[in-house]
Amino acid sequence: MNWFYFASPSTFYGLAGRMAPWCFVAAALLAAWGLFLGLLVAPTDAQQGAVYRVIFIHVPTAWMSMFLYFLMACYCALSLIFNTRLSAMMARAIAPTGAMMTFIALWTGAFWGRPTWGAYWVWDARLTSELVLLFLYFGYIALANAFEDPRRGDRASALLAIIGVINLPIIYFSVQWWNTLHQGASVSFRGTSMHVTMLTGMLVMSGAAWMYAAGATLVRVRAIILERERRTQWVRDLGAA
Amino acid sequence: MTEASALRARAAPAKAAEGSFSGGFAWAMARDLRIAWRHPDEAVLTVAFFALVASLFPLGIGAEPQLLARIGPGVIWVGALLAAFLALPNIFASDYIDGSLEQMTLSPHPAIGWASGKIAAHWIVSGVPLTLLSPLIGLQYGLTPDTLVVQALSLALGTPVLSLLGGACAALALGARGGGMLLALLALPLFVPILIFGAGAAEAQATGMTPMPHLSILLAALIAATVGLPFAVGTAVRIAVD
Repeated sequence: MNWFYFASPSTFYGLAGRMAPWCFVAAALLAAWGLFLGLLVAPTDAQQGAVYRVIFIHVPTAWMSMFLYFLMACYCALSLIFNTRLSAMMARAIAPTGAMMTFIALWTGAFWGRPTWGAYWVWDARLTSELVLLFLYFGYIALANAFEDPRRGDRASALLAIIGVINLPIIYFSVQWWNTLHQGASVSFRGTSMHVTMLTGMLVMSGAAWMYAAGATLVRVRAIILERERRTQWVRDLGAA
Repeated sequence: MTEASALRARAAPAKAAEGSFSGGFAWAMARDLRIAWRHPDEAVLTVAFFALVASLFPLGIGAEPQLLARIGPGVIWVGALLAAFLALPNIFASDYIDGSLEQMTLSPHPAIGWASGKIAAHWIVSGVPLTLLSPLIGLQYGLTPDTLVVQALSLALGTPVLSLLGGACAALALGARGGGMLLALLALPLFVPILIFGAGAAEAQATGMTPMPHLSILLAALIAATVGLPFAVGTAVRIAVD
């Protein structure tokens, strides 16, 4: 078996096209199940009432915002080290979804913060570092598109993404390092401080966010592949067929 | 580039030019300092911008002494950060436009050496004057003497990190569309942690707590940046030139 068979844009194009619909179907099913658990089955929180239910969107998107940045930086490192074309395309395809996840996490956090803390926004370490993450995504996208030569944009933005990785541990550990208003983690490998249906709903919603991100990335990478490879024979054959 | 190095090897087969980090560092730093010395307006503009921004805040917010002493450390840090940021294009941009940067990549010295030298020169021209001027601005804000010392110390530790981070971003943005706005979007988010700890040090001193945790983190950031970022700057310069 050739492990690098799908490392070529022309072969990956077909694979991505076959995988993307399944990702979206899985995302829809998981989201339906997760929202059912979260909105109808899970009990009302003793302290926060029904407001806490925003976590079923907020926590999965916040996790994905960090995970997608890490994944993007990994693809960037691959593209810089091995000079592989598809890695750079994947990194570019991930960035808009990651920025959207970051934005949703901040937005839903604001809706949760108003009734609970009494303010849409506080300059707390967790919130500030997540906002910085949003700007890192924007900076990456802007730099990647700022050059006439797309390969130049790939390499410059890849290095920027790798420098920005330093922000991820700051976000993740901010609730431990600083005594923040944002609460600490409720879920850890040592166990959880939540009701089990809440946890299940949150994990199912994370699966939905994950599948959506994969599907959206695959659709976007197909568009990028077509744009970059438009002068090659296989894309012309695709157009002719 | 390989063709040029092949040409050079043919021209001097007997003794191939020996490049080194320190050689490139010293050469580039001396060159950029000499340029800055002969065109002092750039350094003077940076310092003037800093003084001007810092004097706008009392005029805009109000000049009550308690208020000024409260916002002083933060305003001075933000002003110094913006001044250091505006000086960033001086590091590589003019050399990139006139082709000197390409010539430097042909030199036997590694890019990481002379790029670090250029950043060190940039810090001496922008960061050091800002640090030296900060006590004077702090006096205008009515900061106490020990706060002034901590403020200058935090700037002395923080501005080299800003120069290194900003230098990497400035090299990445060479030849990009969007110019200064793009550079702001790249560099300013990365400056945020340094701003928080830098302003936090003087703030802690002003409110009667110890500034040591903040200063220790700044020193740690400086060490990490000095070790790690020159590689990023060297890579960014090579990406920009080839």
